[in-house]
Amino acid sequence: MIVGNRKPLEEIQEMIKPYKKILILGCRECITVCAAGGEREVAVLASELKLSRTKEGREIEIKEFTLERQCDYEYIDQIKPFVDEYEAVVSMACGAGIQYTAERFPQKIVLPAINTTFLGVTLEQGVWSERCQGCGDCVLHLTGGICPVARCAKSLFNGPCGGSSNGKCEVNKDTDCAWQLIVDRLKTLGQLDRYEDIIPAKDWKPSREGGPRVRIREDLRLD
Amino acid sequence: MTQSNIERLLEKGVFVVTSECGPPKGADAEAVRKKGSLLKGVVDAVNVTDNQTSVVRMSSFASCLILKEMGFDPILQMVCRDRNRIAIQSDILGAAAHGINNILCLSGDHQSFGDHPGGKNVFDIDSMQLIQTVRTMRDEGRLIGGEEVKGRPNLFIGAAENPFADPFEIRAMRLGKKVKAGCQFLQTQCIYNLEKFGKWMEMVRERGLHEKCAILAGVTPLKSAGMARYMKTSVPGMDVPDELIDRLKGVPKEKQAEEGIKICVEMIQQLKEVPGVRGVHIMAIEWEEKVAEIAKAAGLSPRPEA
Repeated sequence: MIVGNRKPLEEIQEMIKPYKKILILGCRECITVCAAGGEREVAVLASELKLSRTKEGREIEIKEFTLERQCDYEYIDQIKPFVDEYEAVVSMACGAGIQYTAERFPQKIVLPAINTTFLGVTLEQGVWSERCQGCGDCVLHLTGGICPVARCAKSLFNGPCGGSSNGKCEVNKDTDCAWQLIVDRLKTLGQLDRYEDIIPAKDWKPSREGGPRVRIREDLRLD
Repeated sequence: MTQSNIERLLEKGVFVVTSECGPPKGADAEAVRKKGSLLKGVVDAVNVTDNQTSVVRMSSFASCLILKEMGFDPILQMVCRDRNRIAIQSDILGAAAHGINNILCLSGDHQSFGDHPGGKNVFDIDSMQLIQTVRTMRDEGRLIGGEEVKGRPNLFIGAAENPFADPFEIRAMRLGKKVKAGCQFLQTQCIYNLEKFGKWMEMVRERGLHEKCAILAGVTPLKSAGMARYMKTSVPGMDVPDELIDRLKGVPKEKQAEEGIKICVEMIQQLKEVPGVRGVHIMAIEWEEKVAEIAKAAGLSPRPEA
């Protein structure tokens, strides 16, 4: 899933300073699962903002609304009937959702309340961890199912570097060394011989090096 | 063969001596010359670090040129942290055009350790792929992208390896990959734990890697018990046995530096006896004035004519 963090209250307060009527827009997809921008977080942000504005003596009117998805016009259009009543939309979706809402309503101020961080998994209740950087050319079959791009601090394809110590990364003692994990897994799978193969320089073209990527399934298109 | 002095000496079976010169944090060419003068006649080649520990310094290439003017055979260190494949290959061509004969291919320290932790790293290729790149440019006259190189860079190719990093069992295998990629000489991380180094060398010999690649053992003199402790606890991948720290602690503070030099000399003498070790790389970090003394005491001077 896409994981994000809500921005600090002060930053959001600063963004909405000029406005008296705002719409806080949540999303029920990934950002709800990682407890950053779902219905509950929309409610929390709304009450925090109301409270702070009351203290300042500058009342604010806030509408709370949470969409099924903010990455699809079909759902974004649900706010069409009332979006114009608000000076600004504070989106609590991931970076894709925030942008798509802004694209749908080009005249409207759309502000980000989320810092989108990574594609990851739930390690345990309340803990998420990065697994993928969307490089566009998966090598997991070569690396024991552990991604060197996303999980090695240097994205080494022929690691580990000299800083791997007791299974941990030199950059952060709480981070597992991706290449220790890869070697361990290859051993478990009886594939350590694969480690001897040099992985050649990666073709980064399928990554974002060429600007935003587009995926087309012609068979699904309507026209 | 390249024009490299160390390649020539290794070919002749000479036990080679290299050291390193960390460029200054500024445009002061005199600072490079000063460090160089401390190593004159003491070493067969001098490594020039590339923004080591991710701290901005005069470029390795520029510093190499200053040292070359002084008559050194510099080893251009190149990390993958700061340049993509375009810049890397361009710098390789430029260095070779200026008569640089050696390159040391490294991944590079992570930028979070340096003076620009907010910088974005590159790591377009890694050290293994860098070795491959130089080899392909030199031997096949081709760039990564397939284009032909007109005027091949004739470089003696080296790499580094840390025999003390984890997972230990694959460390020799990893060197094997580097050798397969084209690595001809290897400088190790500084050695304090001779026993563990010996085990690593055993694995290296089992694979016959010492015959395809000249292993130069790395040493760094310890200035004090405090430095030894710091190396042990704060420098990732460094293995400093407690006996060494105790030995330094056992002498008065003002004598610890001297003891550190003694330890370093003893270490070199023991390393010379390890089968497959063909040279020593003395990294006296900001203590270059001691390299001559260490080399002399270890019976490594004078050096053969360059």
